[in-house]
Amino acid sequence: MNDPFALWVYLSSTPLLWLTVTLCVWVGADWLALKSGRNPLVNPVLLSIIAVGAVLLVTGTPYGRYFEGAQFVHFLLGPAIVAIAVPLVTNRRIVMENLLPLLGALLAGSVTAIVSVVLCGRLFGLPPDVLLALVPKSVTAGVAMGIAEQIGGSPSLTAVLVVLTGVTGAVLVTPIMNALKITDYAARGFSVGLASHGIGTARAFAVDPVAGTFAGIAMGLNAVLTSVLAPVLAAWLV
Amino acid sequence: MIAILALLLACQLAGEILARSLALPMPGPVVGLILLAIVLLAWVQRRPDLKGMLLDKVATFLVGGLGLLFVPTGVGVVQQLGLLGDYGVGIVLTLIISAVLTMLATVGAFLAVKRWTGKRP
Repeated sequence: MNDPFALWVYLSSTPLLWLTVTLCVWVGADWLALKSGRNPLVNPVLLSIIAVGAVLLVTGTPYGRYFEGAQFVHFLLGPAIVAIAVPLVTNRRIVMENLLPLLGALLAGSVTAIVSVVLCGRLFGLPPDVLLALVPKSVTAGVAMGIAEQIGGSPSLTAVLVVLTGVTGAVLVTPIMNALKITDYAARGFSVGLASHGIGTARAFAVDPVAGTFAGIAMGLNAVLTSVLAPVLAAWLV
Repeated sequence: MIAILALLLACQLAGEILARSLALPMPGPVVGLILLAIVLLAWVQRRPDLKGMLLDKVATFLVGGLGLLFVPTGVGVVQQLGLLGDYGVGIVLTLIISAVLTMLATVGAFLAVKRWTGKRP
């Protein structure tokens, strides 16, 4: 194995290489985000996707082979959603105090997310198959893919749109809320968790623990409500 | 540490089984979240503070690292470059406008209901 090309051919086909690349790129991106003082524009998810995507394109590595390694990270999405129960119970008092606002915001946000993306997409001339893939974009990845399949959209396209939505909300939430002078961190967190699921939740936890908890609640509740609303609204709108 | 992971996975598995067998409209991990919350609510009746427990640390680690967990899915964008070349501008503008409207509607409704319910004694 002293031929570097043979070594590359071997390594690039193992999960070890792509898992390591994913983790190392993330460490670098998160370091940059920290150095920027958690500037919302320096989003570690977006930076990592660009860097890893560039490596795959330059080396001509198919996405399927990359995912064989990266799936070990991907798998933790499920346990991470379950783990939101812990901050939920720790902050149960403030959650109960905000129960009615939270339910009102859930309904308003969930409907707005679906209706606005379809109407806006139509305005920009997007074809129906892209519109269908956009419908569950505010819901966390695994759930959104299931909804897309159910309403006739492409799950793999939905997965990418979900992540782009997550990054968009995580980048925009702090400037918008600061411009509106909203200081209620429960409300701020809930809105970014609803619009931008786990990536918004990660952003909210980086800003404030109460915001993070409400973002996690919004992510969980919106996954449930969108599963119910999406088939009805998609049939009506698309 | 292993016990904590086992607990999280067991809740997710139980959630998956419940969601499938009862045909619930919600995903397995979300049902798992509800199950774990019920277990923890029973737990805090006897020992009120979860802070400092290993479970709290593991949960903070997992939830705080949520961003990383989306990277493998997001890298799938390399498979959609053709589509993004055709409709990229429209898709990005749609996502930005929809994200802004969704956050405004959510935060507006949250604060409005809070003010409305707060007025009553």
